[in-house]
Amino acid sequence: MTDAATPAIEMRGICTRFGKTVIHENLDLDVRRGEVLALVGGSGSGKTTLLQEMIMLREPNAGSIRLFGEETVNASTPVQERLRQRFGVLFQQGALFSALTVLQNVGVPLREHTRLENSLIDQIALLKIQQAGLPAESALKYPSELSGGMIKRAALARAMALDPQLLFLDEPTAGLDPASASAFDELVLRLKQWLGLTVVMVTHDLDSLWLVADRVAVLAERRVIAVAPMAELAKLDHPAVRVYFEGPRARAAQPKSALT
Amino acid sequence: MKQASDIAQLDWDAERIQCRGRWTVDALGAVAHKIESWTGPTGATVTLDAGAVTALDTAGAWVLRRLQLRAAGQSEVSKIEGLSAPFADLFARVSEMGEAQLPHVSQLSGLAQVGRQTWTGLENLYCFMSFFGAVMARGGALLLQPWRIRWRALWVDVYESGVMALGIVGMLSFLMGVVFAYQGAVQLKAFGANIYIADLIGLSMTRELGPILAAIIVAGRTGSAYTAQIGTMQITEEIAALRTIGIDPMDLLVIPRVLSLCIALPLLTVFADVAGIVGGMLLAKLQMGLGFAPFIDRLQEAVSARSFLLGICKTPVFALIIAMIGCYQGFRVSGSAASVGQHTTLSVVQSIFLVIVADAQFSVLFSWLGI
Repeated sequence: MTDAATPAIEMRGICTRFGKTVIHENLDLDVRRGEVLALVGGSGSGKTTLLQEMIMLREPNAGSIRLFGEETVNASTPVQERLRQRFGVLFQQGALFSALTVLQNVGVPLREHTRLENSLIDQIALLKIQQAGLPAESALKYPSELSGGMIKRAALARAMALDPQLLFLDEPTAGLDPASASAFDELVLRLKQWLGLTVVMVTHDLDSLWLVADRVAVLAERRVIAVAPMAELAKLDHPAVRVYFEGPRARAAQPKSALT
Repeated sequence: MKQASDIAQLDWDAERIQCRGRWTVDALGAVAHKIESWTGPTGATVTLDAGAVTALDTAGAWVLRRLQLRAAGQSEVSKIEGLSAPFADLFARVSEMGEAQLPHVSQLSGLAQVGRQTWTGLENLYCFMSFFGAVMARGGALLLQPWRIRWRALWVDVYESGVMALGIVGMLSFLMGVVFAYQGAVQLKAFGANIYIADLIGLSMTRELGPILAAIIVAGRTGSAYTAQIGTMQITEEIAALRTIGIDPMDLLVIPRVLSLCIALPLLTVFADVAGIVGGMLLAKLQMGLGFAPFIDRLQEAVSARSFLLGICKTPVFALIIAMIGCYQGFRVSGSAASVGQHTTLSVVQSIFLVIVADAQFSVLFSWLGI
């Protein structure tokens, strides 16, 4: 077992290029165990690319990424397979398999990676569906019959199927109405408290940033220019950071205590 | 590889159930199986000792809860002892959630299922007939006002479905001509009737093979593309967007496709006829030593303009079938990406089926008319 003190994710000297366009240059980032880290940055700043590199869908052109202390760049297939079982990913559009019911969707990782009996898998999947805040009746529905908020919850249930220690959320509240979005924020917080999850999320949602994130990493100029809790970021004077504090939307989202 | 402490374990004696090891989703298999066929302790009071559990996740907590419930069913239980604080917390939360039941789905009885399917079939037929009627009415109206037809979409589609298909249609018809001539050559040689190879190839290509071959290739190539294009537009709400902008999807997506295929398929068929005959002629030369000149002479006598035209006159009907079904199935797509695949398959199967049925009806009609 790896030492509990090693960060969940350690990224060092990451360089990413698309052709001649440089996206990341010598980027460093640590994600501590048990924290919720939000990744923010303007469009084109390479948030999604960075997330894809963390979840091993893409390899950086240079640099090292350690998940739970194990190197993932150029790792052998068995190592990658083992690491993949330790994290879950919620994709932006949910990415539920449209030919399967919600119950079957959540059961896919369980069937693939454990040797439990079918009835037990169904029961565990149902437990996860409830945990994600969906009613049991929705278990037999197909993704096309669900609303946007329910799709996100079902996708979260699938990401949580193997009880991962690390959860990646790509814009979890995008496209949700305010009530569903804040309900989803609370769900993420609750799951984090229950299960001691480490969460990395890409988000633009100012409310999520204040409510859910322990620390916020700001991507700009091809690197991470700051990693700090929102309240501390407020003191920074950088245009990429200021947009999260100035302007009517940003002011409305700030908790009263931060307005001094 | 795996040590005993790496998997979940379960032992019991008369009044104590002992849980040990990792109770996590990857290590639960054996224990979960044991609990299902549980014949545990029968003592009056039983203690559940989970002090030696080294790891617990939600799945593990759920199985532990199930164990507790089962044990409680047999004797007076049973506190759980020894769970360390974070595990006890998780266990309490999972226990709180209780055991949910899947909703019951009522299955239709055999007879009801037959009824349901018949009804769906009739409904489909009704929908297709309405679609057919709508296309005919709109198409007819547009033919009277040809300036309102979207000619650009039409010619683009003639290029896509006609010109681009020339290669494959020519290639396959040529090969078909070779294969037919080869089969015929063996028989005709036996009778010393070599020259009749021109009759065989000429008539079969122009009357049946050319039209059918071109129609099947177009159904697979273009009909499926129509369904996939319109189906994808349906899912991405492009069709709805067209409607709100005030463009009738029928005018933009259906009528030009139907008309373009009615132009392209007859032309492709002529090309298929020629390619097939060339294939047959080549084989006659190589296999039977029949020169090109006598072959063409004989061809002119055997294949009258009427036979050629009878073959061609079927093709607009085939084109209508393929384009209508392709577009219709596209509009039937709903919900998800998987639906596009299903309807594309349906579109190809149905159009090939109906093309062959229509061809059989033409044969009956022609022989009834004596032509």
